[in-house]
Amino acid sequence: MSAEKRVRVGYASCGIAAGASEIYDELMDTLEGKDVDPQVDKVGCMGMCHNEPIVEIDDENGRYTYGNLEVEDVENLVEDHLIEHVPYEDKLITGPEEEYDYFSNQRKVVLRNSGEINPESIEEYMDAEGYEALEKALDMDPQEIIDTIKESNLRGRGGAGFPTGMKWQFAKDAKGDEKYIICNADEGDPGAFMDRSVLEGDPHAVLEGMIIGAYATGASKGYIYCRAEYPVALKRLDIGIKRAREKGFLGEDILDSGFSFDIEIKEGAGAFVCGEETALMHSIEGERGMPRPRPPFPAQQGLFDKPTNINNVETWANVPWILRNGAEEFSSMGTDESGGTKVFALAGKVKRGGLVEVPIGTTLREVIFDVGGGIEEDKEFKAVQLGGPSGGCLPKEYLDTPVDYETLTDAGAIMGSGGMVVMNEDDCMVNVAQYFLDFTQEESCGKCTFCRVGTKRLLEMLDSFSKGEGSSEDIEKLKEMADKIKKHSLCGLGQTAPNPVLTTLRYFEDEYETHLEEQTCEAGVCRDLITYTITNSCVSCGTCVEECPSDAISEGEEKYVIDQEICIQCGACEEACPIDAIEVE
Amino acid sequence: MELECENCGHEWDYQGESEEYAICPECDYEMEIPAEAEVIAPQRDIEDILDKHPKEPSSLIPILQKTQEQYGYLPRDVIERISGYLDLPESKIYGVATFYAQFRFEPQGEHVVRICHGTACHVKGADGITDAVEDTLNIDSGETTDDGMFTLERVACLGCCSLAPVIMVDDTAHGNLTREKAKEVLEKYRGKNT
Repeated sequence: MSAEKRVRVGYASCGIAAGASEIYDELMDTLEGKDVDPQVDKVGCMGMCHNEPIVEIDDENGRYTYGNLEVEDVENLVEDHLIEHVPYEDKLITGPEEEYDYFSNQRKVVLRNSGEINPESIEEYMDAEGYEALEKALDMDPQEIIDTIKESNLRGRGGAGFPTGMKWQFAKDAKGDEKYIICNADEGDPGAFMDRSVLEGDPHAVLEGMIIGAYATGASKGYIYCRAEYPVALKRLDIGIKRAREKGFLGEDILDSGFSFDIEIKEGAGAFVCGEETALMHSIEGERGMPRPRPPFPAQQGLFDKPTNINNVETWANVPWILRNGAEEFSSMGTDESGGTKVFALAGKVKRGGLVEVPIGTTLREVIFDVGGGIEEDKEFKAVQLGGPSGGCLPKEYLDTPVDYETLTDAGAIMGSGGMVVMNEDDCMVNVAQYFLDFTQEESCGKCTFCRVGTKRLLEMLDSFSKGEGSSEDIEKLKEMADKIKKHSLCGLGQTAPNPVLTTLRYFEDEYETHLEEQTCEAGVCRDLITYTITNSCVSCGTCVEECPSDAISEGEEKYVIDQEICIQCGACEEACPIDAIEVE
Repeated sequence: MELECENCGHEWDYQGESEEYAICPECDYEMEIPAEAEVIAPQRDIEDILDKHPKEPSSLIPILQKTQEQYGYLPRDVIERISGYLDLPESKIYGVATFYAQFRFEPQGEHVVRICHGTACHVKGADGITDAVEDTLNIDSGETTDDGMFTLERVACLGCCSLAPVIMVDDTAHGNLTREKAKEVLEKYRGKNT
């Protein structure tokens, strides 16, 4: 009866974490015995993480998006929309008439199918023009494909931004009887989840891109090196590879073209440095994942010493689109130096976090305020962190910076893989630098002295700064050491590890000085420099006493009081106080 | 194998080498292992894993991953067997295994609690959540509770940044946490087991 209705449940990791599987189960239970039979699918990330869990219903009027659903809503949703044909207003985010302004500045290329198709169905991918680019490519000369990629201005989306077409050319021109290609899916930056979402939402786009790349460069075997922490992505890739083999897109003599190629998945074992290409290849070979000097570059001597081309997930996912729509269409988006779009994982103190895809050259302000809706609780924007531990924090003066490789590098940050974490007045920049250094010194593989010892020393200095110990001379020492680590480390990890320190120093040096000279942390983060006090509005309810892990709170004459000698500044009382009567200074 | 102490009634997952006697970790009582208790023969399991992987160095990491999936950690005698199969010295295998954060050399608790310390979680209070979880379980990160129920780990990023702060218990992520909610989540898992 209502078979034309289609229901999509957002079923990426974020959605599942927010309760999508309970919603899906309840939906299926509720539909049982009802006189409706819509097509219900689990789809990938819809990009609106701030509204998870999400259900979308397509009917004759168009698309209705429901968000922030709870299990109790499902019955009403089914009754109202699927049976009575009236939208369930309580949880409606947008209907077909209005455009959700979250999407108005976005342009979907890499995420074109994510949230639209069932990622486990190759047929749905094919219905959405999937594998047409492969058919087209197999009729082309490999050089013609590489020329198209060059013209498109596609650059590596893993962070460094090397022109993809040129990389392919090196691999094609390299001499060798056997060549490999690799998809780098070892997304290790904390605060980044773009690649995970692409793999979960549209695995075939990545596979199709890889098959085309293999044909163009003459590779016979491909590897996907994916983090073991991404079980959903791994499962969908595995299903995708099996289906692609059944359809003849992978294996011997692909589509009767005489070209043979197959793909194997390798699970990463949890080492951040394996995102570096030579370290990644060592890991596939069964070794410790440590980088080696280049040259020789992987294009000449890569995996198992054979010519190897390695690209990131998002780069591969762009390839089929470029071949279908043409290089010109792609390069018309973006800037003169860099074509296409970039996917960002927008998170932190922003109202609408999620997966955002915008043309390269869009400004930070447009991403954070127009797409992201501004700062949570309308607080003051302080900084945006781009590029994870290799990147930097940009202040509000840089909000009108367009996001592309060159401008962000000039500003001291990097495009990076796409993590974008927004910070407000409650975040301390010394603490942020300390946080990233803690990460990089932990993940340093230990090969180079400057990285291994230098990051440790940097962290120690930041630790003492956070306690108010040190002098302005120490700040100079910090800068000098950061500079040496950058210059004398072998791989990207060490070369970029000081960036979070250097950018916070460049834009927020006054904050370092207040820590050292006035022994205060204005943001109220560094535990050794803050005190919690109970104000006169205390109603003596006793909640804080129960929460305090160190028993530092006792009943005073008119209100509760904190014994500063015992207090460990954990903030549990502040979080628990029902009337906000606890202040931090 | 699951054993119940004949002296104090304590139940635990026995991982010892002897097939005849076990010592209760709770009261140190030495008891005979009942004949009907299922004896897992590690040798047979590891052979199944090895059979599926070619004898080449690049199989090492996948074999270690499957081994850990099977046993929950990398038991010493199994590493010996892998060493023989791949013709790699044990020192080499330990060298690789200790490099990667994924591998453990001791059994883990029934539930693994991973506290996310990604950037978004950090700025949204992961430290407070860590305090609350450590306090509730009465262990530090990296440790296992005495009753063997929970192992606590710090992880760099779980990739659910929009739901920060996040913890993951086994394979399920729990987001938008406060200290209070984090405690409730753990209590729920504790409840399931008693």
